[in-house]
Amino acid sequence: MTSSASTRRAAAGGRADPTRSSASLRHRLAERGVDAGLLMLVPALIFTLVLFVYPFAYGLGLTLQPTAGSQARYGGGLFANYVGFFTDPFIFDSIWITMRLALPAALFNVVAAVPVAFKLRGRFRGKRLLTTLLVLPITLGTVLTAQGLLIFAGRQGWLNRFLIDIGLIDAPLQLVMNYTGVFLSLVISGFPFSFLLISSYLSGIDPSLEAAARTLGANWFERFRRIILPLLAPGLATTFILTFVLAFSVFPSARLVGDAGGETRVMALMAYRSFAEQIDYPMASTIAIMMGFVELVVIAVVLLWRATLFKGPTGGKG
Amino acid sequence: MLLGPSGCGKSTALNCLAGLLPLTHGEIHIDSERVDTQPPERRGFGMVFQNYALFPHLTVEKNVAFGLAMRKVSREETRRRVAEAINLVKLGDHVKKLPGQLSGGQQQRVAIARAIVLEPRLVLMDEPLSNLDAKLRLEMRTEIRRIHQSLGLTTIYVTHDQEEALSMADRLVVLREGRVQQVGTPQELHDAPVNWHVADFMGYRNTLDVTVTEIEPAASGTGTRAARVDAGGIPLSVTAMDDLRPGDGGRLAIRPEDLTALGGGDQPRGGNVLDAEVSVVEYHGREFSVGVVNPAGATWHVRSLFAPEPGDAVRLTVDPRRALLFRDVDRLSPDEADLEEARA
Repeated sequence: MTSSASTRRAAAGGRADPTRSSASLRHRLAERGVDAGLLMLVPALIFTLVLFVYPFAYGLGLTLQPTAGSQARYGGGLFANYVGFFTDPFIFDSIWITMRLALPAALFNVVAAVPVAFKLRGRFRGKRLLTTLLVLPITLGTVLTAQGLLIFAGRQGWLNRFLIDIGLIDAPLQLVMNYTGVFLSLVISGFPFSFLLISSYLSGIDPSLEAAARTLGANWFERFRRIILPLLAPGLATTFILTFVLAFSVFPSARLVGDAGGETRVMALMAYRSFAEQIDYPMASTIAIMMGFVELVVIAVVLLWRATLFKGPTGGKG
Repeated sequence: MLLGPSGCGKSTALNCLAGLLPLTHGEIHIDSERVDTQPPERRGFGMVFQNYALFPHLTVEKNVAFGLAMRKVSREETRRRVAEAINLVKLGDHVKKLPGQLSGGQQQRVAIARAIVLEPRLVLMDEPLSNLDAKLRLEMRTEIRRIHQSLGLTTIYVTHDQEEALSMADRLVVLREGRVQQVGTPQELHDAPVNWHVADFMGYRNTLDVTVTEIEPAASGTGTRAARVDAGGIPLSVTAMDDLRPGDGGRLAIRPEDLTALGGGDQPRGGNVLDAEVSVVEYHGREFSVGVVNPAGATWHVRSLFAPEPGDAVRLTVDPRRALLFRDVDRLSPDEADLEEARA
């Protein structure tokens, strides 16, 4: 008796509430995007869980299970790996070594790609050929690039032989097996990437904006500085982040055309050393996690700067 | 005012004037100064683009001030002139907004303010109203006319809308396929188009191919003369705009508002009577716009004060002075056609 009365009250309350929709639950859920179509996400979700979330969590767990050797060497109990990472200069310095490579390389790729993309904007004969040539290095693996660099720029490479033959230099230039070699390899693989991205960002800027600036009396420099650059800047930030991440995780070229023990002892190499040479999985995981952390910090800084920029549509209608 | 159908070269002409497109041949002079060799940034023209081309990352104020900044105008003067221009286009409340936060009409005003703040010797407008809805277009038309009259800046305005052209222009240039067809005041073009293409474009939507039977000898002064034509067995009194002889083929052009349906007691004007059958009736407020099919099978547009039923037979009449007879340009030899256009 009492229960049926309360049900009736609830029903009356439901009718009285004007904001309550009379539509079925399924309809209301669908309005918020919850419907059977969500099932299509399941494969992707499983994929992410199995191939990303689980290994990542596992790796994170590994970092807190230091080997007896690490614990004895660095102390700090559970956190021995992290203590080691921050106190052992041999490991910790690899952050700066990697930064010293990745930051200038990413910056160079972005800065050098802007004028090239700018020049290749219009339509002209041979544009497709030129673009293909510029983008081709993406398809080459890092190993192939490294081998090419060794053959071309090594001590006995074509470049040095040519320069000596024409009498420009006396001794071969040291272009590989050091910082320069890795930097060149990062530019070869990263430049086409930033060129492609920047080209597409540039093509999103309505050409009539530049025409308008011209009729208002702006020369090419003013047009670039006041119109193109501000509109392109968010795209440049994104491009920088992507090429930076690519360069930061440099591994094959650091080993093949770099000085793996010294100048180009990058973080990826250190992680690999722990993993394959010292069979210290927990330390390798720690270095990998810290790599991700450092990248995140740089990305966060760039994104914070990007947030201050105009990011609206760049079409003519504003 | 440059007027013409799409693809006739009016925007191209404007872009050439602005220097955004190169000339293939010829020269452009302004007040006997050659300008086609100067880059666009030195010509000092103001241009209003069809899509406005406002700088999306700059506020209204900065958009308007852009040209002044390029000319290194002092900060004090910039502020004064920007405020003046913004007041002129009535955007005082929106100076700090970005273009993306404005409506189409407001963006249009910013574009105009940006062009006129420089007080350029020439303002170029490329179909500035074509992206606006009908109501706003009428408002902005008046607005542009008002701004034009208050500043007195020489303006070249491109449009494909003959109504817009007639209401705003001091002088009109009609283009077709890259060639000038006629230059004149709106009234001249409206009342006396030089050929049937111009007539067609000026709203003479009803055309009829006829044969000349009689034609008055050329009267001095005006180029027009009365003529009698045969329209598939129906004799009509018309006004010839071209030099035609009896037996020549010609094309008759009549505006919808001049071709009216005859009510029961009305007298046909000038004895001109045409029979047709009603196919579509549209209500236009004060009167009805009626689509009729003439005996030849072509659709005509006429005005009527009463609403006929579709399928009704109607009798149409037209004032002989408002039925213009042209030479059919298409039937001329290419040389003659060139000559005709050169003369126009």
